[in-house]
Amino acid sequence: MASIDYSSTELMIVNSARLLQDGDVVFVGVGLPNLACNLAQRTHAPHLQMIYEAGVIGARPARLPLSIGDPTLVSGATSVCSMYDIFTLYLQRGNVDVGFLGGAQIDRFGNINATVIGDYAQPKTRLPGSGGSREIAAWANRCYIITPHQKRRFPEKVDFCTSAGFFTGQGERDRLNLRGKGPQAVVTDIGILQPDESGELVLTALHPGRSLDEAKNNTGWVLKCDRCETITKPPTEEEIRILRKELDPEGIYLK
Amino acid sequence: MGKLCSLKEAVSQYVHDGDLVYAAGFTHLIPFAAGHEIIRQGRKNLTLARATPDLIYEQMAAAGCARKIIFSYMGNPGVGSLRNLRSLVEKGLLEIEEYSHFAMITRLQAGASGLPFLPMNETGAFDLENVNPNFKRVTDPYSGKSVVVVPPLNPDVAIIHAQRADINGNAQIWGILGEQKEAAFAAEHVILTVEEIVPEDVIRSDPNRTIIPDLIVDAVCHVPFCSHPSYTQGYYDRDNEFYLEWDKISETSESVQQYLDEWVYGVPDRDVYWKKLGETTHSRLAVHEQMSVPVNYGQY
Repeated sequence: MASIDYSSTELMIVNSARLLQDGDVVFVGVGLPNLACNLAQRTHAPHLQMIYEAGVIGARPARLPLSIGDPTLVSGATSVCSMYDIFTLYLQRGNVDVGFLGGAQIDRFGNINATVIGDYAQPKTRLPGSGGSREIAAWANRCYIITPHQKRRFPEKVDFCTSAGFFTGQGERDRLNLRGKGPQAVVTDIGILQPDESGELVLTALHPGRSLDEAKNNTGWVLKCDRCETITKPPTEEEIRILRKELDPEGIYLK
Repeated sequence: MGKLCSLKEAVSQYVHDGDLVYAAGFTHLIPFAAGHEIIRQGRKNLTLARATPDLIYEQMAAAGCARKIIFSYMGNPGVGSLRNLRSLVEKGLLEIEEYSHFAMITRLQAGASGLPFLPMNETGAFDLENVNPNFKRVTDPYSGKSVVVVPPLNPDVAIIHAQRADINGNAQIWGILGEQKEAAFAAEHVILTVEEIVPEDVIRSDPNRTIIPDLIVDAVCHVPFCSHPSYTQGYYDRDNEFYLEWDKISETSESVQQYLDEWVYGVPDRDVYWKKLGETTHSRLAVHEQMSVPVNYGQY
């Protein structure tokens, strides 16, 4: 089989899409998660239910949404509700299977910082803040994180915990009675990290052509790699075609 | 004629220095025209609350209207950072009070329902609770467990944009509903801006679509294209190009001031602003029809 060219962004989207199961109810964010969900729906998960935090259920966007509240999400959707309803009836009540999260920092136990680098009162860098992620991280059954693999993005401990992963270890979530199971995978451009029994993120897969050393050198803690026995399947021609021709023809996110 | 008045009159009467203002709309229906009118009237020391401050509060803060921002996501949606606001916050020049989206709208829901507080399930993300004393914990009297609560948010004035309303302020909204209803019911006063004023019969033909009832509305202003560069479902598209352009404009305070001079201080109202945008922009933002199927309410 001839190999095809793909970018690291396409690689991350394709691998994220493959984590979704047919029938999953997904709380979708714009950008890469939106592309991953729409790709999954057009390939192996035709019954994927897409919910957007702006209050749109069963969205079938006809064009690439460029903001979380794009009007294309509404036209042709199955339902629209208020934000209070989307966060209570859908998310808090336990009707969401999957949430996608992102942030400037993800630490060893999957905690995410999207709020501030440095001190909160005297920030070095002020980031946008939680948005919907604080509750998505706590209450979606499973969460996935998509992020480039860089040392500054993977510190030992986040400066500010915007959304909870496993705190300082597995069991903490149960103690707090959080209904969701927390981050189940971090998809990077080098490979895939997943929590072990202690809640620590360990490397479980590498993408084709990437090395353990690359993964280790770009992680801010001592990354355990002894469970990394898989090389991910490269994106298929069909996956890349859907992404480039159907979902993001102008190359807005696929740069 | 009912509560009809110009936006200029409404702002002059219902927005005062020092007020807590909530300009509603989650990406959709953001009342930019009202923000610009508040800037032109030179309001000061406002506390500006919105889940996403968006460009509207960035512009109002840059114009010197704001003392404090209450928010849950301070970014340029789909683009990146709100550079000017971010810089004001990093320099300690603007007070902030921060929530998650859910905590923010829970505050509005409490305010809209006349409740002293509302509980939320545990998230485990304690850092935000530690920096915002409005998050409190109480003991659930039924289970004995600890519960997070937030107090009501009751703005002095809410500004709500809608597709259409009658002259009394019965407003119908479709598309993303955001926190329009909650903000309106939570506020002391409501300024309603609409794309179209319609006869009461039109409203009465489809009562399920009425989100804001006249009894809580103080002023009704006919302001077509009020939301640009945000959008109004079925009327005009979101101006994503402008949101991208703003990323450059907001790089320096000089270019922000230039923008305000030309597009806010330099125009008297939204009509002139919209004409000034020009035909190319108008046609770029025009929307093709996609009608819903009417329902039968029945004659009884």
